[in-house]
Amino acid sequence: MLTTPKWVGLQNYVKLASDEKVWKSIFNTVYLLIGVPLGMFFALILAVMMNRRIKGISIMRTIYYLPVISPIIAVSLLWQWILNKDFGLLNSWLWEWFGIAGPNWLGDPKWVKPSLILIGLWGGVGGTMVLYLAGLQSVPTTYYEAAEIDGAGAWQKFWRITVPLLTPIHFYVIVMGVIGTFQSFSQIYVLAVNGGPEYSGATVVYYIFQTAFDYFNMGYASSLAWVLGIIIFVVTLLQFRLSSKWVYQE
Amino acid sequence: MWAFLLLLSGSFLMFAPFVWTLSTSLKAHQNVFELPPKWIPNPITWDNYREVWDQSPLLYGFMNSSIIVVVVLTVGLLVSAMSAYAFGKFEFPFKGPLFLGLLGTMMIPYSVVMIPQYIGFSRLNWVDTLLPLIVPGLFGNIVTVFFLRQYLQSALPNELIEAAKIDGCGFFRIFWTIGMPIMKPAIAAQAALGFMGIWNDFLGPLIYLHTPEKQTIQVLIASMQSMYVSQSNYPMIMAAAVIAMVPVIAVFFFCQRYFIESLAISGIKG
Repeated sequence: MLTTPKWVGLQNYVKLASDEKVWKSIFNTVYLLIGVPLGMFFALILAVMMNRRIKGISIMRTIYYLPVISPIIAVSLLWQWILNKDFGLLNSWLWEWFGIAGPNWLGDPKWVKPSLILIGLWGGVGGTMVLYLAGLQSVPTTYYEAAEIDGAGAWQKFWRITVPLLTPIHFYVIVMGVIGTFQSFSQIYVLAVNGGPEYSGATVVYYIFQTAFDYFNMGYASSLAWVLGIIIFVVTLLQFRLSSKWVYQE
Repeated sequence: MWAFLLLLSGSFLMFAPFVWTLSTSLKAHQNVFELPPKWIPNPITWDNYREVWDQSPLLYGFMNSSIIVVVVLTVGLLVSAMSAYAFGKFEFPFKGPLFLGLLGTMMIPYSVVMIPQYIGFSRLNWVDTLLPLIVPGLFGNIVTVFFLRQYLQSALPNELIEAAKIDGCGFFRIFWTIGMPIMKPAIAAQAALGFMGIWNDFLGPLIYLHTPEKQTIQVLIASMQSMYVSQSNYPMIMAAAVIAMVPVIAVFFFCQRYFIESLAISGIKG
């Protein structure tokens, strides 16, 4: 299966630059990053709404958290069925309630990535929400009281106190979210078989996997893996550099 | 009040896919294509579960996944705890650089080491055994070490160690009778996270395990899709998905406290 390695210099890296699938998989992966801010947005709203003592809140928190712990393979299989074009739950709801004929979510190159983002939101929002909840609990209530005396409304309190004080958590969520998205593989393996229609769902890790373990082209796959590793490193480093400009430190 | 209603309807949306999966898994094949979709299957049938169980060596899958989880968690957590104790409470040469070096390995994504690691393990003839998935885990996990070290520094005062030394406590005994009990809640939290990570892991088991009897539950479930999607046999696939989810959800309900705590703590300190 593995042949003896042969020295090829930088040939693999030269080949990468003109490989259409490399660019496509990088583009797909970057596209999926849209899910990071979207997830933060919903998670923050949920956390703010949930940050109070009402009966049943802990049950709801569990429900929102359940997709986070569920095996990603099982989750991908169930979404494959929900997103089925003709008999899936989502499209039949869209038709029943809004009279919209839903798209062929996982079969149309235009819709594969939005579908993956949607599934990622469902699967990840609970985890981010728990982080924000922990952050919200450490915001001193005196800040809000002082703002109220100064005449701040609910909206101002949210934007001027809650959001800035949570910047360490925003930062953590962005860094982890970007790294996680760059490494997404399992859901792609199930939901975009062979990369999906027109390779529209393949991520970089998926292409590395395919090159190494379907075509057994270990050298070429390794060079792509290095490129991915460097991209992740540089992006993370940049984020840390920029963090001093916007992350609130006590 | 409106916030509560919004949360409530949101939680219905979040929960619906689970109910829908369960419902589909209990339907006969010809009944899944009814429009509009029915939530309560009529008739209810357990045949899908029986058939999935017969078609695929799921029992082996559960066993393999359990072996990996149990061995890696018991040995790996002990090693992580020892290393966290050493890095947290002892002085030794090159401590700082060593710890930083270990932390640096966190930045290397799995996909980068995956290929050389695979070549190495295939030289050892470990492909298609559980060893490549177990042995690296036995050396502990740097994230766990970091987390436990942070915890120890605030939870275990040095005076306590000094006092034990004066009372004639040995090196290992201090770790075992003082360090470990103090670290217990943190270890439990890491065990919960570790279970989830190992049980749900997919890429590693996928590249190393080829014989169905040697595969983990996730790999077996994933291979089922290629078997049944072409026949649109969704009840079977959903039954498989339920089988894969039930153990994790059960563990989650028993140790929910640890899950949510560990996530919250690791998030703030991470």
